[in-house]
Order: sequence, then C-alpha cells, then structure tokens
Amino acid sequence: MKLPEDLLYTKDHEWVRIEGDMATVGITDFAQGELGDIVYVEIETLDETLEANEVFGSVEAVKTVSDLYMPVSGTIVEINGALEEAPETVNSDPYGEGWMIKIKLNGEPAGDLMTADEYAKSLG
Amino acid sequence: MFNFSLMAKQTTLYPIHAQLGAKLIPFAGYDMPVRYQSDKQEHLAVRERVGVFDVSHMGEFIIRGPKALDLIQQVTSNDASKLPAGKAQYSCLPNHEGGIVDDVIVYHIRDDQYMIVANAANIQKDWDWISASNQRIGAEMIDISEKTSLIAVSGPKADATLQKLAPEGLDLAAFGTYQCWKGTFNGAEKSLIATTGYTGERTFEVFVWNEYAEQMWHDIMAAGEEFGIEPCGLGARDTLRLEMGYMLYGNDINDTTSPLEAGLGWITKLKKGPFNGSEAIAKLKTEGLQRKLVAFKLKTRGIPRSGYEIAKDGQVIGTVTSGSLSPVLNEGVGMGYVPVEHSAVGTELEIRIRNKPVPAEVVRPPFIPR
Repeated sequence: MKLPEDLLYTKDHEWVRIEGDMATVGITDFAQGELGDIVYVEIETLDETLEANEVFGSVEAVKTVSDLYMPVSGTIVEINGALEEAPETVNSDPYGEGWMIKIKLNGEPAGDLMTADEYAKSLG
Repeated sequence: MFNFSLMAKQTTLYPIHAQLGAKLIPFAGYDMPVRYQSDKQEHLAVRERVGVFDVSHMGEFIIRGPKALDLIQQVTSNDASKLPAGKAQYSCLPNHEGGIVDDVIVYHIRDDQYMIVANAANIQKDWDWISASNQRIGAEMIDISEKTSLIAVSGPKADATLQKLAPEGLDLAAFGTYQCWKGTFNGAEKSLIATTGYTGERTFEVFVWNEYAEQMWHDIMAAGEEFGIEPCGLGARDTLRLEMGYMLYGNDINDTTSPLEAGLGWITKLKKGPFNGSEAIAKLKTEGLQRKLVAFKLKTRGIPRSGYEIAKDGQVIGTVTSGSLSPVLNEGVGMGYVPVEHSAVGTELEIRIRNKPVPAEVVRPPFIPR
C-alpha cells in the first residue's frame, strides 16, 4: 500500500497536497482498496465554500457508497472531470490521475491532518 | 480467557484465501473472501469464462431412512415426491405463519437418502426447525456442515474445467440442470457433484469432505488455467445472483415474507398435501397478496442499495431489499417489496438515493439477457 510522504491524511482516508494557498484532494490507496471497484465519483460542490470535515461529494463502488469529506476549509475551484468517464482511475492511481478536487484555502489548514507515518499507524 | 464464541470460524480453504491476498469479511460467523482482486473482474470471469467460489460456509444436512421423504415433504414447500434420484430442487422451509425459515436446495442422492443445503446464517435455525417436525416423523438426520467443504465452479468453461478431473465415463456436459452425482471425483471419495448454482451461469457445485478440499481447489485452478479461471469472492457472487433476480435470504426473503409475495409460488406446491405453513400460505392465496417483490432498473445513473426507500408519485411505498450496479449492464438494478397495485412490469417508481429521487422501472428478471 502506497503512502506518499509529501501528503497529509485525514481519518476519513482522504489525502491532501498543500501547495501555497491551494490544496489537491483525493482518497488514499487504503480507501480505494477497501471500497473495491469505483463506479461513480459524484461531486456537485464546484465553487462552493465548505468547512473542513463537511461533505463535498460521494464515491460509489459496486458494493458500497461513501461520503467524501473536506480535509481543509476552502472553496472548491476545480473538480477532476476525467473521473466522470473513468472513475476506475481512483483505483489505479489514487494519488495521481485519480485526484478529485482542488481547493483554494481560506486560512490555515486545520490541525487534525496526519502525516504519512501517523496515518499508517492509525490503520493499525 | 478468550471468548471463543466471538471468534469467527474459518473454512478449510481459509489459508488459500489468505495467501491469495483476499479481502476477508465476517459473514454468517465465518471469515469469508469478499474479493480477491476486483468485484467486477471476478463477476465478468464467471459470465465470460469460469470462476471458483469457496462456499464451504453453507450448511449440509443428510436426511435418510424410510421416513426421509416424509420429513422433507413436511418441512419444504416444493414437492419432493416428484424428485427422482440424481436430481435436486429449489425449495423453501416455510414457518407456520407462512413466512420463510430459509430457502434451500433438496438433493435426492439415491433411494431414501437426501441432502438439504441451507444458508450459512441459518444452519442452527433450520436444524432446530426440521428437528421439531422430525420428532413425530422419525427420519435420520445428520448435520455434516462442519465436515463438508463446498467449491462452486461457475461459468461457460465450468464443464471443460471439471471434466479434466472427472472419473472415466462421467460426462459432465451431459448433466442437465439441478442434477447430482455421488462418487469418487478426482480422488475425493464420496463427493457430490451437482449442477446447482447461484450465478445464472452453468455451475458445478463440488461437495467434498474437508480433507480433500485443498487438493480439489488446487486441481480445479490448474485445470481451469487455460480458460482464465479466477477465484471469486462473495462480492461477485452477490452481483451475479442479483443480475439473475435470485433472492438472498435475509435481504429479499425472511421469516415474515411469504413465498407467494416473493414470487416463489412455483416452488410452493399446495396440492402436494399439508406441510408446515401450507394453511397460512393457502389462506394468503385465497385472500390475495398485499405486496410483491419486484425487480427494478434505474433509468438514470445511480446505485440502489438495501434499505433505500421506494416511492411512487412522491409517496414512500416500499424499501429496497437488494441493489447494486449490474457489472454487465452498467446500470443500477435492485429488488424490493411494493404494494401489488404498483408491481406490474413497466410501472414507474422512484428510488430515493440519499434523499434524491431517481426514476426506476419495474422489469421482469433476469436483468441480463439469457
């Protein structure tokens, strides 16, 4: 299971890459493995400003559906449109082509994000 | 000290699943493989080639002796007197209120020897239920569930795969549906080979004593290699059965649903004479059904799931009992109970997917062309 060191993680299995005042968000390799074949990624919050831990969308696998949570507060400025046609990209490349949203941060990222090490430990 | 009752049981084939890296989930008291790699890939392997399932968690009861048929006739809804040796039939164990204790398969192995295969979650319940009826009938009952492994080989290449392991003179391609044969198979003594299955594809269920299970699994995998055989988990098994409109006990049928409501009138033979629940079922038949289990397909994108509400013109009229994305159709399909007046094929319904109504239509199962 891959856990890139340069990312931060949430307890809900999202990852976030913070670059200046922008953040890119997706779900972790662990999450995609637990979900199984992902068939829809539904994100209808483009241009909305949401708080950390608010739901920004949902991801549906054959066997289950799961909400997606904001790892940080901010405005959703871009969604990965390619997932509409190829949601399985989240399974095959969760940290790369399988990214889900880009957020413009409003303020400092919240303090409850985990490093790769901390996240790995939380998985037990 | 350990509380052993909290520890999940394992099938004999568990070490193989673990070694293959299967994702295991607790199911009916067992740690069972839900998937090895991908639900969809395993599903399609069965539809297009051949897949293998460990379903050793299922229960097996031998019913035998001069009273065996009497007991089976008393506890099951189908007519086992019409079942020749070497054949099997789908059936229900109705309760006295006309609900369903379990759905089962009855195998007529030979003469006065039968086997009932029960759902894993219901083994104890079924055993107690059948035993209660047996008190005044007196057939011989043996629970062989713990000693028996069950490997299901399913898909268009099931015959070609298993034929390589068959004893000389046993032509598997000649097996009709719901046929069974007992004998030494690939060195496994007293095996039962049956064309019963739960996927809609040609399936051989291979019942073997536990000591033969591992070898049988490996030999089946080797025999099917040239056809692209794949181990398949319960995830694929669930979407395969759902595409066929087959019911899952605990989801689509239970102690409070009538076989008539579930569309199982075809295995409910009221004319065979009295059996457990026959009076209640006959009464419901006379009075008329209030609700029916329907199959439906979503008309737009979405996945119905068990527990979602079914609505008609904005009014909630039922609940989804099973639902998923059909891997073959790539459409949302499901089942659920609705009032009879909304059960006709073509009826427009709405499924409330996380508070959003999604249009659906009642269809006749199976969902996929057969």
